[in-house]
Amino acid sequence: MEAKDRRTRVTKLFLVFLRIGAFTFGGGLAMIPFIKREIVDNNHWIEEEDIVDIFAIVQSVPGVIAVNSAIFVGYRVAGFLGSVASAIGVVLPSFIILSVIALFFSTFKSIPVVANAFEGISAGVTALIVSALLNLRKASIKDVYGWIIAACVFLIMTVTDISAVYILLASAILGLIISYVRKKKGW
Amino acid sequence: MLKLFFELLITFFKIGLFTIGGGYAMIPLIQQEIVDHGWMTFKETVDMIAISEMTPGPFAINSATFAGVKTGGITGAVFATAGVVLPSFIIVVLIAKYSARFMEKPVMQSALYGLRPAVIGLIGAAAFSIAMTSFFNVPVNNGTIPFAGIIRDIGSVIDFKAIFIFIVAIVASIKYKVHPILLIVLSGVLGIILYGI
Repeated sequence: MEAKDRRTRVTKLFLVFLRIGAFTFGGGLAMIPFIKREIVDNNHWIEEEDIVDIFAIVQSVPGVIAVNSAIFVGYRVAGFLGSVASAIGVVLPSFIILSVIALFFSTFKSIPVVANAFEGISAGVTALIVSALLNLRKASIKDVYGWIIAACVFLIMTVTDISAVYILLASAILGLIISYVRKKKGW
Repeated sequence: MLKLFFELLITFFKIGLFTIGGGYAMIPLIQQEIVDHGWMTFKETVDMIAISEMTPGPFAINSATFAGVKTGGITGAVFATAGVVLPSFIIVVLIAKYSARFMEKPVMQSALYGLRPAVIGLIGAAAFSIAMTSFFNVPVNNGTIPFAGIIRDIGSVIDFKAIFIFIVAIVASIKYKVHPILLIVLSGVLGIILYGI
């Protein structure tokens, strides 16, 4: 890749991910179709089959799906600089918007009407999380062990003060043990 | 001040590192860390979730920025946001560079076999504690529910308005697939009407 070509690609990556960050609501999964259209259909930077693999990978590693996708795609298209430009691009709109909101939120919330609205919104957020939970469950819990793990985690989180970090580590180890025993015993 | 910035960076690095399965999965971890550090109250974290849903961009970035500004101004937000992105950066660049097949290794798949249901349990716990603060007028600290208090004053603490809004919203979401932003606007309007009278 020529140096000039790389520079153009880095700039373009930044602008593409800036747009993706500014116009997608509802988090990572909602961004996937946008990323595909910009990267595969409009700019032909990555083949269609490859982008599917990339999305599968970025969803199973830690981190935010949108940011992971930006970093991976950026790296593939223009190397390390590409991944930095893409990550900054996708994060920047959130950063600016949320900074402004956070600066004024306390003042805003002291208005009675706004406070009432947020009382209602807190019930609405509960509904949103419950419905996301129901959607995620299908892909996440495959058998009775899955149900047991989910139920134990729920109880531990609700009743104790143990950090979610330790609970996740323990679950990963449990997953390894169950898979190992299953393979050994053949069930 | 420098200590706070460093703490924001480390805390959000931890949150970024242990977020598996996207935005909602990090809600319990974010709440736990932010409330434990005394950076926000539990109730404020619920407001933060609502704001994140209504604004563009990923939830994790939105909440890192929000929590950063609240505690350490714009500089705080830079540290928090850098912290939450950094683990992704390290892991994803390594994978993109060396082996895209890394995730297909049996050991990763086995770990995920345990992690995926755990994430469901985590989100369930987050939903439960948010529901408790919303449906009952009792203070919830760090997601731990004061069951004794709820049972003692059951009649006076139940918030029927909130339960009504929840039912409307859950039906709208599951049955009619109403968009999250619209759903939040709807519950806000219901809140203004019901709590205003």
